[in-house]
Amino acid sequence: MTTDTAAATAGQSAAPAHSPLSNRPREKIYRHTFLVRVTHWINALTVFLMIGSGLNIFNAHPRLFWGAAGSELDHPFLSITSTMTTRGMRGLTTIGPLRFDTTGFLGWSRVGSDWTSRAWPSWITVPSYQDLADARHWHFFFAWVLVVNGAAYLIWSLLVRHVQRDLWPTRGDIRSIPRSVLDHIQLKHPTGEAAKRYNVLQRLAYLGLIGILVGMVATGLTMSPGFDAFAPWLLDVFGGRQSARSLHFIFASLITAFIVVHLIEVVLAGPVNEIRSMITGRYVVPREH
Amino acid sequence: MALITRRDALIGSLGGGLALSGCAKLTGADALTESLSFRHVMAAAQGWTFASQRVLLSGAPLAREFAPKDISPRFKANGTLHPGGGDYAQHVAEAFASWRLQIGGLVANPLSLSLGELSRLPSRTQITRHDCVEGWSAIGQWKGVQLGLLLKAANVLPAARYAVMFCADNLEGEPAKGGAQSPGQYYESIDLVDARHPQTLIAYEMNGRPLDIAHGAPLRLRVERQLGYKQAKYIQRIALVPTLAGIGGGRGGYWEDRGYEWYAGI
Repeated sequence: MTTDTAAATAGQSAAPAHSPLSNRPREKIYRHTFLVRVTHWINALTVFLMIGSGLNIFNAHPRLFWGAAGSELDHPFLSITSTMTTRGMRGLTTIGPLRFDTTGFLGWSRVGSDWTSRAWPSWITVPSYQDLADARHWHFFFAWVLVVNGAAYLIWSLLVRHVQRDLWPTRGDIRSIPRSVLDHIQLKHPTGEAAKRYNVLQRLAYLGLIGILVGMVATGLTMSPGFDAFAPWLLDVFGGRQSARSLHFIFASLITAFIVVHLIEVVLAGPVNEIRSMITGRYVVPREH
Repeated sequence: MALITRRDALIGSLGGGLALSGCAKLTGADALTESLSFRHVMAAAQGWTFASQRVLLSGAPLAREFAPKDISPRFKANGTLHPGGGDYAQHVAEAFASWRLQIGGLVANPLSLSLGELSRLPSRTQITRHDCVEGWSAIGQWKGVQLGLLLKAANVLPAARYAVMFCADNLEGEPAKGGAQSPGQYYESIDLVDARHPQTLIAYEMNGRPLDIAHGAPLRLRVERQLGYKQAKYIQRIALVPTLAGIGGGRGGYWEDRGYEWYAGI
């Protein structure tokens, strides 16, 4: 089923098939440039650590508010706390008027053998133990990595027209949205020529992710009292510091959703071929049926 | 064939490694956090943040000021809520009549001011947002004397770089992190750029009334554009110093000695 890679070099080159099951050649293309591959993996690691350390920071005040100000003396629209009940301590998550018993995961969870009151559980936070000072060191170090890496990707991708050519949807792409949605629901993945370019949902997802990451940085900076003095208009854009904090959390949830869908798609589309293309750049074009 | 099989296997195991990273993270990130050299790498980011904010704030812009209607109905008090001890109780009993603010160290003209003397100096009133490092915010109105004015009166010597606030409260029990154990006495420090900022106050009033005990009576620092733990309460003495070494745990503040950043602009 596999072809001899020695025959395939960078760029588009067709390698002869050795398998007796097929007499058609398998086409290999150079799909991801070096910069895309490097920034992808740095970004993947960084986002992973930002979410973990962000949840540790969230644990220091596990409530979200709307507006300029808010503390536990006010009314959060979301909270993750623990509470004593007739059945002992339970994790309690509230969203607006809704109350959920989230014992074991949110609010009241096990750290080793001990049950602990903490919003997000130990296994998901960076570091695993609850420590605001250490979590902030992780968060703000990798925030710089995220910004520098992201800026390098974005500036380069705009200069070489990667964004314009490969990510920005064409008119045809927009028209094909209903079809693409149907294909995705049926788990049909493009083959042949269609597999050499991003489909419209991919384009929108990747552009959306870039937008949300920019929003993450912007809402993060809006929480900085120093940066606020430099750019007070950010407070108006996001509706106040506590709104920015809530949006920071909501955007992080969207990024998490992206990662879940992204990983599922990688598995469905052929994990070896997909992951290899993001490491070496080479991608075997799926044959047309 | 053999080549690609091996490579695919390798790539496959990389994928598996990613799936397992949730477990690896637990030990990996914690071990890195404990590692002194990795701490130094991460500490570098504090310098980048401080340097970039100093550039962005070089024109000394003001922190946003709010309208009276924005004042939080209930302003959370944090840290020490009552300093305790006989000395402080005595001051409370006397309505702080004998409380004095000492300004010394590297100054040509050391000052010792009573609350009455402070209240007769020109004052500034501002409604600002207080941001706790934990994540919450509250809006309050502060009235006090600009620290810059006091420093001008004290005539700061050129060798001075920091203003250190020594406070009457003692928060014992928090262990120091990554440095020598510092005493529980609360203290804070800012550099002279922040000390001379027009919104940096030695505040004696909050929301139109004398500071209450939970919020730092009789005097507290307001250094807008930084987080709550910099807003030292119960201030008795301000020392102008050339270096933060040798004071407390040497990192410039009670929480700084316990792992928090000295520059709290983010």
